[in-house]
Amino acid sequence: MTHAEVKNINVWYDTIHALKDVSLKFEPNTVTALIGPSGCGKSTFLRMFNRMNDLIPSFRMDGTVMVNDQDVYSKEIRIDEIRKNVGMVFQKPNPFPKSIFENVAYGLRVNGSNNKAFIEERVERSLRQSALWDEVKDVLKKSALELSGGQQQRLCIARALAVEPKLILMDEPAASLDPISTARIEDLIFELKKTYTIILVTHNLQQAGRISDLTAFFYMGELIEYNMTKKIFLNPDNIQTQNYITGRFG
Amino acid sequence: MTKARRIYEKIVTGILFSSSTITSLTVILIIVFLFREGIGLFNSTPTEKNYVIAVSRQNTIPIITSNELADIFNQDITNWKQLGGRNDSIVRLTLNDLSGIFTEEELGPDLEFFPQKLNEFVKTTPGVILYLSKEYLPKNFAGRIIPVKKITLLDFIFGKHWYPTSSPIPQFGIWPMIVGTLMVTLGAILFALPFGMATAIFMSEIAGNRLRNIMKPVVELLAGIPSVVYGFFGLVVLVPLIQSLFGLDVGETVLAGSIVLGIMALPTIVTVAEDALHATPQSLREASLALGASELQTLVRVVIPYSKSGISTAVILGTGRAIGETMAVLMVTGNSTHVNYSFLQPTRTIPATIAAELGDTSFGGVHYNALFALAIVLFLFTIIINLSVEVIKNRNQRVNQRG
Repeated sequence: MTHAEVKNINVWYDTIHALKDVSLKFEPNTVTALIGPSGCGKSTFLRMFNRMNDLIPSFRMDGTVMVNDQDVYSKEIRIDEIRKNVGMVFQKPNPFPKSIFENVAYGLRVNGSNNKAFIEERVERSLRQSALWDEVKDVLKKSALELSGGQQQRLCIARALAVEPKLILMDEPAASLDPISTARIEDLIFELKKTYTIILVTHNLQQAGRISDLTAFFYMGELIEYNMTKKIFLNPDNIQTQNYITGRFG
Repeated sequence: MTKARRIYEKIVTGILFSSSTITSLTVILIIVFLFREGIGLFNSTPTEKNYVIAVSRQNTIPIITSNELADIFNQDITNWKQLGGRNDSIVRLTLNDLSGIFTEEELGPDLEFFPQKLNEFVKTTPGVILYLSKEYLPKNFAGRIIPVKKITLLDFIFGKHWYPTSSPIPQFGIWPMIVGTLMVTLGAILFALPFGMATAIFMSEIAGNRLRNIMKPVVELLAGIPSVVYGFFGLVVLVPLIQSLFGLDVGETVLAGSIVLGIMALPTIVTVAEDALHATPQSLREASLALGASELQTLVRVVIPYSKSGISTAVILGTGRAIGETMAVLMVTGNSTHVNYSFLQPTRTIPATIAAELGDTSFGGVHYNALFALAIVLFLFTIIINLSVEVIKNRNQRVNQRG
C-alpha cells in the first residue's frame, strides 16, 4: 500500500509563486488526475514527488512531501533512492538511443544490478505489464528509436516499471499520440492501477473523466477542488471548477 | 513591379550567380592545377634536364632505376653483377671528378681533347658509368646512353629517401613525411582528445551558464591565435622542456609537434564536442535522472552516447586542423626527412616539407613536380577526413529522423 501526501507546500521560481499552500492526500491503487489550465502549477506539483524541480536553479519550496512515510525533501535522504521509488512518464516519448532491451534495463543497471538472469526476467515482466512484450519480444536488440510513437511511450512506461516504483507520475503521457495509441495507453493505465498508485497530469478532460478515480483541479497555483472524478465532473462544489469543466474558460 | 525594380533584381541575381560561379571555378581550377603539376612527376625521369647517364656498349643492363643509380653513386653497389649485369666492377665518372681519371695535360687547357679521351676511356672500361651534360657528349660517342626509369607511384609513396637536390640522382620517397604527418597528427589527437573532452564535459555539464558563457569565448579565442605564435611558444617553452625531460640531444621532436598541434586542435574539439553534449535533449537527461541515475551516470550512459557522432565529428575536424597545419610544426619538429617511428626523434610533415622547399625549386623541374605530388597526397588525406565527417553527420541525421 502506497501513501503519498503533501502538506502545505509552497513553491517559488524566483519571485513567481507557483504553488500556494497546497495540501493533498492520495489514495493507494487509484489514478488521480491533475487538471487545470496551462501554467496552473500542476506539472510543478507532479514533479515535487521525485524532486525533478531541483534541476531548475531558481526553484524554492517549503512544506512536506511524503511518499510511503518518507520525507522526500529531508536532508538525510538520498535523492536517487527517492527517484527509484517514484517512476515518471513524460509528455513526449523519450527513449534512450539504445536498444529496446537496454532501455528497460537502464534503471536496473544504474541502480547496480548486474545479474543477467534477473535483468532479463525484470525486462520481460515490465514489457508484459506495459503490453508491449508481444510486439517487441523478437526485436529486443533493435534501437528503441525505430518503434512508433505509441510503442515508444509504452516502452517508457515499461522502463519506469522495471525499477518497481511505488508511485508513478505521468505528465500528459498521451499528449503527443494518435487516438488509437492514446486508447492503448489509457487501457494500460487502467490495468496498472491494480498494482501502482498513479498521478496523472492531463489537459484532456475526457481522458481524466475516463480513467481517473479522483481529480484535483488547480488554478493559478492553488488547489481549487479535489474530489471523486464523478463528483468533479457532474456536480462540482466550486464555481471555478464548473466553469473549467464546462469549457467556459481555460 | 516597375521596370527599374525588375532591372535591379536582374542585376542582383546576376551578381550572385557570377560570384558563385567564379568561386566554384576557382576551387576547381586550383585542384586541376594541383593535379596537373603533381602528376608531371610520374612522367619525368628524375635526372636533371640535359644530363644523361651513359654506360659502356658491353654493358647488358637495358634500363636503370633511380634507386639503383643512387646506390651506384653512393658506392653501395660496386659491381654490375649486383644489378644482373656482367661481372665488371663499376667505375663512376662525372664532370666533377674528371681529375681522378684524366690529367689536365691529357684533356688540354680548354678540355678540347675531352671527347676523344672519353671515348677511349669508355671503350677500355666495360664497367664505366657516366653522368654528364649532353653538350660534353662526343659526336661519335662510343658508349650507350642508358634510359632511366620514370618514378613510379610505389617508389614515390613507399620510398624511404627524400634527397630532392642530390646529384647526380635526386630521390623522391615520401614515406618519411607520410609517417611524420600521421604520427604528429595521431599524437596531437591523443593529446587533445582527453583534455578537449574533459573541458567540453565540464563546460556543458558541470559549469553553470555564467561560467560557460565566459569559458566558451575564451576557448574560441585560442583558435584565432596565429600559428606562428604557437610555433614560437613550442620552440621557446616546449622544445627545451622535452629536451631536458627526456635527456635528448635535440628537443625538436614528433612529441613537440604533437603537443603544439594538440593545443591548436583544442578549440575545435572543445567547441564542437561541447555543442554536441549541450544538444542532448533535456528530456533524455530527465528520463535518466528520474530512474534514479546520478548526474555522472546520466553523463556516461546517456549524454555521451547520444552525442557520440558530434564527438566523432569534433575529433575528425580537430584532426583536419592538425594534419594541414604548417608553420607551427615546421618550427618544432626538427626538419628531418629520415624515416622515424619514435615520438622522441625529429621528423618533418608533408605541409612543412612543401613550405620549406618550394621556394628553392625551379618552376617545372622534377623537384617542383614532386612537391605538388606531395600536396596531392595531403589533399587526399584531408578529403578522406572531410568525407568521414559527412558520413557521420548523415548517419546521425538518419537516426534522429527516426526518433
